[in-house]
Amino acid sequence: MNGKKVIQIHHVTRIEGHGNIDIQIKDGKVDKCQWQIVEAPRFFEAALRGRKWNEAAHITSRICAICSIGHTLCSLKATEAALGITISEQTLKLRKLLINGETLQSHILHLGYLVVPDLVGAPSVIPLASTHPAEVLLVVRLHRLANEMSDLIGGRTIHPQRPVVGGFAKWPTVAELENLYQKLESAQSDVMTLAGFVKGLAPNFPKFSRETEYIGLTHPTEYAFYEGEIASTDGGKWPVDNYKSIVNEYLVPHSTAKFARHKRDAYMVGALARFNLNYNKLLPGAKKLADDVGLKPINFNPFMNNVAQLVEVAHAFEDSMQLTKKLLEKWDPEEKPIVSVKAGLGSGSVEVPRGILFHEYEYNKDGEIVWANCVIPTNQNHANIQKDMEALVEEIKERPQEEIELMVEMLVRAYDPCVSCSTH
Amino acid sequence: MDKPRVAFFDFASCEGDQLQIVNLEEDLLKVVGAVDVVSFREAMKGHSDNYDIAFVEGSITRRSDEPRLLEIRKNAKILVAIGACATIGGVNLLKNFQDLESVRKFVYGDKFFQYETYPARPIKAVVPVDLEIHQCPINRDEFVMAFKALLMGKKPEFPNYPVCEDCKKAENICVFEMGMTCMGPVTRAGCGACCVVEGSVCWGCRGFIDHPNADSEREVLAKYGLSVGDILKKFRLYTGFSEVSK
Repeated sequence: MNGKKVIQIHHVTRIEGHGNIDIQIKDGKVDKCQWQIVEAPRFFEAALRGRKWNEAAHITSRICAICSIGHTLCSLKATEAALGITISEQTLKLRKLLINGETLQSHILHLGYLVVPDLVGAPSVIPLASTHPAEVLLVVRLHRLANEMSDLIGGRTIHPQRPVVGGFAKWPTVAELENLYQKLESAQSDVMTLAGFVKGLAPNFPKFSRETEYIGLTHPTEYAFYEGEIASTDGGKWPVDNYKSIVNEYLVPHSTAKFARHKRDAYMVGALARFNLNYNKLLPGAKKLADDVGLKPINFNPFMNNVAQLVEVAHAFEDSMQLTKKLLEKWDPEEKPIVSVKAGLGSGSVEVPRGILFHEYEYNKDGEIVWANCVIPTNQNHANIQKDMEALVEEIKERPQEEIELMVEMLVRAYDPCVSCSTH
Repeated sequence: MDKPRVAFFDFASCEGDQLQIVNLEEDLLKVVGAVDVVSFREAMKGHSDNYDIAFVEGSITRRSDEPRLLEIRKNAKILVAIGACATIGGVNLLKNFQDLESVRKFVYGDKFFQYETYPARPIKAVVPVDLEIHQCPINRDEFVMAFKALLMGKKPEFPNYPVCEDCKKAENICVFEMGMTCMGPVTRAGCGACCVVEGSVCWGCRGFIDHPNADSEREVLAKYGLSVGDILKKFRLYTGFSEVSK
């Protein structure tokens, strides 16, 4: 095959943040294939130094809008671990409900607004409003419900104000929770319609497979989002405090975001990783959906991350109904957070939509941060995106340039990367 | 008349302001229906340099990002800065009050020299800005109000009184009376005191009103037990740029 193909996508669209793709193919040989992160670093970890225990979540929430609930909760967990604060059962359940709200709004946004256009050959969701009006309105409806749920519990979808160290600054009322339950219940049919729609498009996801390691939280009794231990599909379980020996961050010159690797040269986090690790803990409706679409663990196709997101949407709806019901059985709107300040080091981890997130802070005796570290899901995915892109381009290098371009963009999009978040 | 051509851009930020626009749900379809959106990287493929209104999110934190902003300014008839990072620098400014080499080393270790940065600044510190929509993140209703005004060729009006007024209207108990401290007395209203409503305090993310009584605010904070250092930190969380731009 003669000729030269030069693919320079500066910046990839329909993803969060600024990332570039540089590919050069000459005479059938791939000379260059690089995933570059050009986002401006904001130096959050350094900026945290000197700030107080009750500001850490407010500041780190700003690392990422779409994962701001997850950053807030992860930050609170790290601070609570450092200060030796325990939370109540009610706070634990409400936080789990809140993280479901984020998973739902983020996954629905990604699938409905950012991925589906590729599957139907449109440049964005805007033209779909006239070609697929019923589907677009369905996505909008579900997205709005997920945001309303986040607003109700967090006080705001983006940069929530209600979750604080030790608990919540304000609680929803019983009537609000009952109303939420009803809305979740009546949205079940919408979830099934969305599942049918995405299932119909599933054959349009590229067939591609590359064996890699999947890392995420795992929990003995539930599909882990809020709590658990670190687990790998290559085997092994570790307490969250050991996260540094798992992530092994390193720098590459073409990226302002750090890369990560565990035992292999790359690993993947996110919906597919969680699915691969925790399939057995999916609630019945979600498991049935996974079986219907033919998604089984371990699946090595990164494009299937989108289908795993769909399965998690079904799971999160189901789980939210159960949590809301349990909260309503025993509800104490008078609960107040109890905080005492001391010096200490603590780490926290939650599963945000894009994968496992870690925050770790060291506080002095006045409750001021002296050292901080945040490891973002997309940080951990960059090396895997790079390795997938190399393998994919090798497979499709003979195809027309436009097709290669679309495929590598779709690959990046499948990861639902949060690029500015990964640079932070 | 042709529809106005609109473009969205972002610099150092969490992209939460653009996300607030996406979160308009059904109203988003009306917004994009009233204009031609020619560039919105986060949501669509394709781009054009021919636009009338540019919405810009984020702070400028690198010299190398300035040319892209200058180009946007050159192309746009109206440049609107959206969100605290773009209007007042947001939390990106926190690093400005530390030694920048130490900041870079803390994050990137001995390879720090590979990672360019300079003191973070709002958009108006680099190019003239026609309109600022404040808050972190922007308020959806306020964005729609400003957007409609722009389409009608009017300049939208924003409150120039402190958050305390919004707080009274919301019938909140003053947070000072509950043993907390607050930036509300010097911060521009228009948010409905949303953070206080949710059980928190005003952090100052909409920036100062035009003539804030900062000395009085400092006295109040001191009266409620904050040290000089803590007062300074409280001011620097969002309004540090006014300190350096004086």
